Amino acid sequence: MLFTSYEFLGFLAVLLLLYYLVPKRFQWQLLLAASYLFYFLTGPSNLIYILAATVTTYLAGWQIARIGERQSAYLKEHKAELDKEAKKAYKAGMKHKQWLCLLLCLLFNIGVLAVVKYTNFVIGNVNAVFQAVGSGSRLDFLDIALPMGISFFTFQAMGYLIDVYRGVVPAERNPFKLALFVSFFPQLVQGPISRFGDLAVSLFEQHRFDGRTVSFGLQRVLWGFFKKLVIADRMLVGVNAIVRNPESYSGAYVFLGMLFYALELYADFTGGIDITIGVAETLGIRVTENFIRPYFSKSIKEYWRRWHITMGTWFTDYIFYPISVCKPMLKFSRFSRAHFGEQIGKRMPVYLSSFAVWFATGIWHGASWNFIVWGLANWVVIMVSQEFEPLYERFHNRFAVRGKMSFRLFQVVRTVLLMSALRTFDCYRDVPLTFRMFGSIFTEFNWHVLWDGSLLGLGLSLTDFAILLCGVLVLIAVSLWQRSGSVREKLAAKPYPLRFAVWYGLFLVTLLMGAYGVGYDASQFIYNQF
Amino acid sequence: MEELLEILRDLHPEVDFETCENLIDAGILDSFDIVSVIAEIGERFDVTISAEKIVPENFNSAKALYHLIQELEDED
Amino acid sequence: MKKKKWVRWAVSAGIVLGSLYLLQRLLLPKYAADVIEGALIAEYYDEEKDHDVVFIGDCEVYENFSPQVLWDEYGINSYIRGSAQQLIWQSYYLLEDTLRYEKPDVVIFNVLSLKYNEPQKEAYNRMTLEGMEWSLSKVNAIRASMTEEENFLDYVFPILRYHSRWSELSGADLDYLFDTPKVSHNGYYMRVDVKPAENVPPGRVLGDYEFGENARSYLDKMAQLCRENDIELVLIKAPSLYPYWYDEWEEQVERFAEENGLRYLNFLELVEETDLDFSTDTYDAGLHLNLSGAEKVTRYLGRFLREQCGLEDRRGEEHLARRWEEKGTAYSRDRDEQYRALELKAGTDQPEKQEDS
Repeated sequence: MLFTSYEFLGFLAVLLLLYYLVPKRFQWQLLLAASYLFYFLTGPSNLIYILAATVTTYLAGWQIARIGERQSAYLKEHKAELDKEAKKAYKAGMKHKQWLCLLLCLLFNIGVLAVVKYTNFVIGNVNAVFQAVGSGSRLDFLDIALPMGISFFTFQAMGYLIDVYRGVVPAERNPFKLALFVSFFPQLVQGPISRFGDLAVSLFEQHRFDGRTVSFGLQRVLWGFFKKLVIADRMLVGVNAIVRNPESYSGAYVFLGMLFYALELYADFTGGIDITIGVAETLGIRVTENFIRPYFSKSIKEYWRRWHITMGTWFTDYIFYPISVCKPMLKFSRFSRAHFGEQIGKRMPVYLSSFAVWFATGIWHGASWNFIVWGLANWVVIMVSQEFEPLYERFHNRFAVRGKMSFRLFQVVRTVLLMSALRTFDCYRDVPLTFRMFGSIFTEFNWHVLWDGSLLGLGLSLTDFAILLCGVLVLIAVSLWQRSGSVREKLAAKPYPLRFAVWYGLFLVTLLMGAYGVGYDASQFIYNQF
Repeated sequence: MEELLEILRDLHPEVDFETCENLIDAGILDSFDIVSVIAEIGERFDVTISAEKIVPENFNSAKALYHLIQELEDED
Repeated sequence: MKKKKWVRWAVSAGIVLGSLYLLQRLLLPKYAADVIEGALIAEYYDEEKDHDVVFIGDCEVYENFSPQVLWDEYGINSYIRGSAQQLIWQSYYLLEDTLRYEKPDVVIFNVLSLKYNEPQKEAYNRMTLEGMEWSLSKVNAIRASMTEEENFLDYVFPILRYHSRWSELSGADLDYLFDTPKVSHNGYYMRVDVKPAENVPPGRVLGDYEFGENARSYLDKMAQLCRENDIELVLIKAPSLYPYWYDEWEEQVERFAEENGLRYLNFLELVEETDLDFSTDTYDAGLHLNLSGAEKVTRYLGRFLREQCGLEDRRGEEHLARRWEEKGTAYSRDRDEQYRALELKAGTDQPEKQEDS
């Protein structure tokens, strides 16, 4: 069930009605039922995956908690007879047992994820190797469909378990509550990846109907629909026209396609998250923000703190830190300092662990070399800018531009261009093609296509371009306004007729200019190409 | 404490670590800095700060970090 | 304070509903202005409904038979519920819909649509279904007709379907915002121009000549419905030369008619009896008849209805006669206007033709 479908809107309407009508202590149970229904509708067999993740995570968390309890009981009972050393040894033993529980559960769940997501990728590569060495043998591809949202709910469940192991959150004793945490429907499709400590409280709380909360939630949903339907789905036509026909669209088109894709991706992803958070809000539930105006970032590093935030923190907390502060890594740090000199040696461990993180980030996005190369390209850019830090420092000492408006603007534009350039890996069929197409921007000077009307051959009319341009201006204006606080709060303080005009206007724009339904020939444009 | 401040100043000479209380929340220390600090502390104080101790509460101020080091030293 | 809030709510709701209603009317295609075929189905509801004969079917009924002639020459009061590419289940549900208002003596169904077993094109679905008034029959017709890309809600709230038409609105959308002009003569779509049928291509070989299960089941249901309501169902195949009518199809229809005791007229085999001349009686080279052709075929049909089905001459009914007189005036006016326009066009076309030759 897509967010942008009549079915979803109907589902939501019925759920909202029931949610505020049933006795409040049944609200979370209702959400659990709704979430499973939602997931069931995406494919009945998918339920097996989410159930397996939930059950194993529940049992592992419960076991970890039990070992913890046994430990405290034992220590209390034998307080007098144990000396410090014995206590420490006992604790270490117990911690090891907990660690085994964690490891087992992690291996199982990440294993399932890996099998459904990467088997065919691995087979494809093995076959390529066979072919390269001249062997005639081939492996058959497996016929497994990727269960929707499995990357998200697996990560969310594993995050919970690691937090339990670390003692950050207590283990959830009620398996159904844990099931709701793992399957909460608004974030099943595309995140955010919530942490148990952030989501649990408002998820299981009783919620009284509050007109303001519900209407704020709906306003955010509407804003998400505007971004998705009016901007993203319209832009998609232009993006597809360019990237699916690399032979006819090179040079300036690639540059344009890169910007188009940056816009499409932003509007689609942040719009989807707006719908997610808005839906949760109508239910009185607070979901962690996933974006903070990422295209206003002044560096790639900053961008990654503001784009898909919950994924970034997941990788930082559960992969980057554990790898970079583990004992072997600290040993390696000592070693590299001794051998590569203080300056470089100190940074080696960081670079090594962030390499792991970016590799993981890449492959998490999708099982293809495009994503792996994309992830590593991000890593390279971040490392290079880190290494150039002293150079920047000297530049800034020489020229007093830091903090100036124009320089900040330059930084923002630079970041957006850089990120958009890296994203071309998402678009083209394979890595060599991506490099070739990207290269054509610099070798093929066909910039005249930008103004000689060729752009109207991309399946978008002049009206479409006008709508997109206005859409971008609205996005920028709203983002600027948002820097000083919630736009919805500010609007809520305005007189009623104005508020009404703004929200009803947004509704009408989305209704009339949204690229949806039979009347919109998005598919037709795509067929046209063949 | 002085030794810790030295480590921190080494990374960001421009920050007043004695008074600053939101090193993480304000984004002064990023993940790379944190890892360097932990490696450095491991060298000089001979304590290991494991990944689960990396939460904002422990890294928001030099004082909190120092407190964490002392705690870990006591445990040993 | 509380009261003020209610007033505010009521005004807002009024504005929202009112503006959405107006927008929907504005955005709906105005078939009467260009694609006239889309306006046919809705016109039925304005009629006084005591017809002796109701036609159902695709363009082969609404372009090939003239109710005016049936009245003028035989006193038979008839109406054509035809629409472009009307699929057989749509015909069935249109019949159901018609029976909500009246019970004709004879229902005439054109069998060409038996060749379609599945929903075909969204645009044609729209033209047939949009004009229907809401009833269970309409709901079922929609459900039976939807192609995969379609959604039921788009029929309930057509603004969802036509939301992007704002960029192509024209004067006609304002002119016909509330009132729609009549475009047909009791469902007959009149054309007087001529384009002779010259080389009619032979039908290409099909893999399977058997009518589909689904289509056949609706023919069964149609026969059943007529039996239950004591209506004589007459099957016809209009004399259109194209789409090609295969012998294998003909056999199946004949067999069905025989098994069900129905009368079946294939006008393709009655060209001599009807005196049809495909060099003068068609306006698009044999797909559809023009006025002259339609009137010839209708005369034959009228005789058949009188003699075989025993329909009475109702020209003596005063009220009915008055109504038909009005209709007749409109009919002649339309015809004369079309001939005039044709002459005018012929005048301007002349020089071009000379260049051609």
